[in-house]
Amino acid sequence: MELREKAKQLLESGDVKAVLGFEPGTGGVRRPAFARSAAQAEKLVFDGEQNLASYVTHKEVKRLGRVAVAARPDTLRALLQLMGERQIKEGDLLPLVVDADGQVTELPSGEAMEEYLALSAKELPAKDRELLDRLGNMTRQERWDFWQKELSRCIKCYACRSSCPMCYCGHCTMDCNRPQWVPVPSHALGNLEYHMVRAMHLAGRCVECGDCGRACPVGIPIHLLTFNAEESVHAQFGQRAGASAKLDYAMSTFRPDDKETFIR
Amino acid sequence: MADLYQLSSASLDALFAALGADGRRILAPTEADGRSELNPVTRADQVAKDYLQTTLSAKETVFPKVERLLSYTLAPGQVDLVDAEPTVTPTVLFGIRPCEASAFAALDAVFNWDYRDKFFNARLEQLAVIGLGCTRRDDACFCTAVGGGPGATKGSDILLTPMAGGYLAEVLTDKGRAIQALAPDLFQPSQGVDKAALLAEVPAAFDQPALTAKLPALFDSPLWSEQSLRCLGCGACAFVCPTCVCFDIQEEADKTGGRRLRAWDSCGYHMFTLHASGHNPRETQGARWRQRIYHKFSYYPERYGQLGCVGCGKCTRACPVDMNLQEHLVEASQVNP
Amino acid sequence: MTDTFEPKITAFVCNWCTYAGADLTGTSRIKYQSNVRVLRLPCTGRIDFMLLAKAFARGADGIIISGCHPNDCHYTSGNYHARRRWMIYRNLMDFMGIDTARITFSWVSAAEGAKWAELVNEVTTGIRAMGPYTEYQELANAGVE
Repeated sequence: MELREKAKQLLESGDVKAVLGFEPGTGGVRRPAFARSAAQAEKLVFDGEQNLASYVTHKEVKRLGRVAVAARPDTLRALLQLMGERQIKEGDLLPLVVDADGQVTELPSGEAMEEYLALSAKELPAKDRELLDRLGNMTRQERWDFWQKELSRCIKCYACRSSCPMCYCGHCTMDCNRPQWVPVPSHALGNLEYHMVRAMHLAGRCVECGDCGRACPVGIPIHLLTFNAEESVHAQFGQRAGASAKLDYAMSTFRPDDKETFIR
Repeated sequence: MADLYQLSSASLDALFAALGADGRRILAPTEADGRSELNPVTRADQVAKDYLQTTLSAKETVFPKVERLLSYTLAPGQVDLVDAEPTVTPTVLFGIRPCEASAFAALDAVFNWDYRDKFFNARLEQLAVIGLGCTRRDDACFCTAVGGGPGATKGSDILLTPMAGGYLAEVLTDKGRAIQALAPDLFQPSQGVDKAALLAEVPAAFDQPALTAKLPALFDSPLWSEQSLRCLGCGACAFVCPTCVCFDIQEEADKTGGRRLRAWDSCGYHMFTLHASGHNPRETQGARWRQRIYHKFSYYPERYGQLGCVGCGKCTRACPVDMNLQEHLVEASQVNP
Repeated sequence: MTDTFEPKITAFVCNWCTYAGADLTGTSRIKYQSNVRVLRLPCTGRIDFMLLAKAFARGADGIIISGCHPNDCHYTSGNYHARRRWMIYRNLMDFMGIDTARITFSWVSAAEGAKWAELVNEVTTGIRAMGPYTEYQELANAGVE
């Protein structure tokens, strides 16, 4: 069954109160769309880029009731991670995956999602892999200059944070002002510290969807920082965000034989 | 009353040189990685060739993203004010669009409302605007619906309209005449150029006065929650907007001294109106989205006699989830209260 | 950088091992360079990664972080969590171009008074040769109109 048909069926049966997918927007770009009626379901498409898992922690969306979510693999990983972190429950959502022929499969449980994800390994997009390699081959000074130049353009709009499915904290550490741990203004130190903290808070939790980099209005490849943290976790501890509905968070667990080379 | 001239493309370098010799910094759109951003330039070839709009707005020149209001040193029992003056570089904005040029009036309405903001005024005073009319538009533009247009002169000291060989130049204000006086030979007399024919066609997208009149009755409409379901509550729209003026003041200090900084803020953030008690008058994104619309299209006209939106479309282009403002306004125009 | 440059080294150490170890260095009358400012925390597990960034921002030219050896943490597992954190943060810092050569991580127990002195001397000498970390310190005033 195709997405629009499935959406109508789910809405008409009352199984879900909304189907979260995409619709064509300005100049043909894809944007998130909430179909709440058969008529709205007519516009739904699946080929958007945004990670729709960001919406499932919004209280305005939770108030709608049970929601079906058109899910790419990264969206599924995000949903599993959110389940592990107890932000959503299995029954709250109905992830829908769409195959190459446009046929829709429901993945109603954490287990079903894990099985589906096991069918293909997570691979970073080639463009990002290239950028990461290019940065890795630079000298430390070159990397400093690169990031200082990029971060100087940051305006602290927090589009990166807002678009991230894992940044759901009601009172983000940036908003804490007693003490004001991370400076609010978008000066050099404020920008550096904000992005550093965000990358660390996502280490082991980032599903590498790249939404933060896409959301940045001034085009900073900010996703590379969280990718670095996440790849670092995977390489050194073997754990990955969103692998299972059961939380396996690298930064709150440890092995007595964790290996490093730099502690004297 | 505008004085009409023609400026050849070849003479821009000489104009820039004259401005530079007069101690002015020239900020113009430059191209980098497919984006246009305002940057200092000294030569015409540094200016982006074929751009529609910069991502960020020119409001940075009078309302920077981070601005020092004052700084001080501390010693036991003593506070010494070190600096409470704006540091301003005389600046010429070259090549910004008529929509953005007209936005300075909206900023002025707030910064000179009940208190004359020293920093804003110092920067505005040292700013001259050479605007550039639009020969094309995109899906996000809607200047003509909000009283503007691709060749509108409001806010520009000189308005250039691209034509064969260079530009039609309208010298509009005293600041514009002062620029002309730096290099008068470059401004050739104009010969019956049809400006309107050079400009893009931008039919008005909606009836703004009718919408403004209707908004009070739409306050409780479910429209705003529906439109904002996909809104992420980030600050991108407010920050790129040339008329958005909300700011935060942060004190960064320790035992030895500190500084007070002004930084951009956004009414779209969920904590923007959060009270210390925990109560939030704008608890949902729908209420915050509604505020954005109403501030620009209802409260601004009511309070300042002008709109808080210039139809530039930067918000739409910057939005990660395509909250197309024009589209939302058209929809609101069609809804019955 | 002049001949008179004296580096500022900030040391974040745990109370039960390294701090006690540093105390032993003193009671043993072992001399070591005095550039280090020791900050005592209950456990390395409590060391927020941002403390390091703040130290650099506030003028530190070099940083030492030290705690109990693995398996010897006074709170059983604090140092294991700290180790994980440092493994990720160090990579991130390097990725962002921060000079991780200016940061030294170590395990120094309460009995290792000599090791503490050796560590501090080596780090101080090394940082003195590297010079002040002005690149980072300049950030404090950058980006404000």
